[in-house]
Amino acid sequence: MFSLERWEEIFETLSRNKLRAFLTGLSVSSGIFILVILLGVSRGMQNGIEKEFQQDAVTEVEVWTGTTTVGYKGLNPGRDIQLKNEDFEYSSKKFKSQIDKKSGYYGLWSVVMNYKKENGSYEMAGVHPDFQNIENASMVDGRFVNANDIANYEKVIVIGNRVKLDLFKDKNPIGEYINLTGIPFKVIGYYTDPGGEREETRTYVPITTAQRVFNGGNNLRLMSFTIAPAATFEQAVLESDFFSKELEKNMKERHTVAPEDMSAIRVFNTLDEAKRIYDLLNYIDLFFWFVGICTIIAGVVGVGNIMIIVVKERTKEIGIRKAIGAKPASIIGMILQEAIFITFIAGFFGLFVGLLLLEVVGPQIQSDFFSNPEVDMGVAIKTIFILIIAGAFAGFFPAYRAAKIKPIIALRDE
Amino acid sequence: MQNMISIKDLHKSYQIGNNSLHVLKGINFEVKEGDFVSIMGSSGSGKSTLLNILGILDEADKGEYWLDGVLIKNLNEKVAAQYRNEFLGFIFQSFNLINYKSALDNVALPLYYQGIKRKERTEKAMHYLEKVGLADWATHTPNELSGGQKQRVAIARALASNPKVLLADEPTGALDSKTSYEVMELIQAINDEGKTILVVTHEHDIAQMTKRIVHLKDGLVTDDKIVEQVRAAAYV
Repeated sequence: MFSLERWEEIFETLSRNKLRAFLTGLSVSSGIFILVILLGVSRGMQNGIEKEFQQDAVTEVEVWTGTTTVGYKGLNPGRDIQLKNEDFEYSSKKFKSQIDKKSGYYGLWSVVMNYKKENGSYEMAGVHPDFQNIENASMVDGRFVNANDIANYEKVIVIGNRVKLDLFKDKNPIGEYINLTGIPFKVIGYYTDPGGEREETRTYVPITTAQRVFNGGNNLRLMSFTIAPAATFEQAVLESDFFSKELEKNMKERHTVAPEDMSAIRVFNTLDEAKRIYDLLNYIDLFFWFVGICTIIAGVVGVGNIMIIVVKERTKEIGIRKAIGAKPASIIGMILQEAIFITFIAGFFGLFVGLLLLEVVGPQIQSDFFSNPEVDMGVAIKTIFILIIAGAFAGFFPAYRAAKIKPIIALRDE
Repeated sequence: MQNMISIKDLHKSYQIGNNSLHVLKGINFEVKEGDFVSIMGSSGSGKSTLLNILGILDEADKGEYWLDGVLIKNLNEKVAAQYRNEFLGFIFQSFNLINYKSALDNVALPLYYQGIKRKERTEKAMHYLEKVGLADWATHTPNELSGGQKQRVAIARALASNPKVLLADEPTGALDSKTSYEVMELIQAINDEGKTILVVTHEHDIAQMTKRIVHLKDGLVTDDKIVEQVRAAAYV
């Protein structure tokens, strides 16, 4: 395999048929090139999706309730399920290690609020302090609801930028009082939200205050959690999936809801959507591999074909070699090595051009759901491995044929 | 002296369509070491088939073939190739040189298959090229050489692996008579050094330059006689 003369012979034969060697190689090159580009695009899409979902960073899991639809343990369907503070405390404690941020929610969709002569109708949300992070609200001025407010049932309110503009215009609202159905709340801060104006029409009050003032008892409309950040996106998907399933199971047990009841207790997981796209991407990736490999096979068949012609052309030479003592293994090695060599060099060239293209053009592409197409080292090594196998396949049948050549037939004078 | 080649009751048939063609019908003969034998016969007499069997390129259906005390029977391709390489040197009518290789590389090829290192190979090949008087042509490819020169390269190649027997199939068949005699002179010189040589030919003057003529007819030896060797040098 590594003998110098073998290589010399290969170069000799190839240089005698430069055009043929080039054309043969081209089919393999383009096969590998297409595979690399496809894999790069697939990776680009993956990177894009990951980026898109990582920007939010919020792997949020929400739980809310409805009416049972299935009878369970002697209970009739049609029961209303109500989340309580105890549910929130229980979950927070049980999943302490997985949970990053947590908040309950009790509020009203529409509450008339007025400040002096200005008034408007806005959502009033009773929340825990962590809700600021869950919603990505950033304070323009003042502060968000804190633990102290919760403990003391403080009548304080955090308003969205839109509410501030409506009620206060250019005036600084901090320290002013606004009336909610006649009850004065002290404004302690206002915020902007990357979610846009709609999200800025919301107001936040301590959850305990909301429950007490608006007859909530210890009811919760929903519970929101974010899970602790994971090392990779895939891991985050896995963890959030696991967490939301466990949470759902626990809540159903606590409220005696049938495990298969989909409407009594609902859990929404923001990463679910991501996971679905991620799965789709995996299929696309698989499909790209399939297409790429098919293209390589086409190229390899080309190499095999040419090698058969080469063997035919060199029948006499092979006969001479056998007559003077070439063993079959040596003939097989000669043909096989030539096929592998052509495939490898041509494939390597295709790989190189493909990588170069991804390297140069890749960063130019700016699009959502597509970024930084690349082929990592593992894939490159895999392709090279495929190339060697492919070359061996391409050479096998011609080599076998060459080994079968009988010198007396090959040497017969025409 | 020991028999270099010993053949006993050799049979060979070819299947052509539905007919079986019995080419060799029981051949017996022996060749002693250092002998110089020509095998004569008209086409169809089986002389080429005999040479192929002697050259381990083909195998007999029946009978025994001993080469230097080794029974040649049921060899796999690998061993056959090895025996060809070690025991035999071939000279063909149409030279059968590899066209894209230099004269030197052609001569060195049997040594390559013996696994001899490059340097030694080149030295040996050069030595045999000198012996056939073509040292100056070492780097030329066969199509830059004349017919006689090509056959000399082929002879050098046949000698390179220092075989026990040289087998020549119509070595002068593609050459004019002057060149033929030059080539025969070379072959005679090689025989003078003690190499056993078998030549297949249908030319009488060439046969007369050997030491013994075996006539084949319809697959049987009809005549086997020692002749007074005519030195080719006399014609040159």
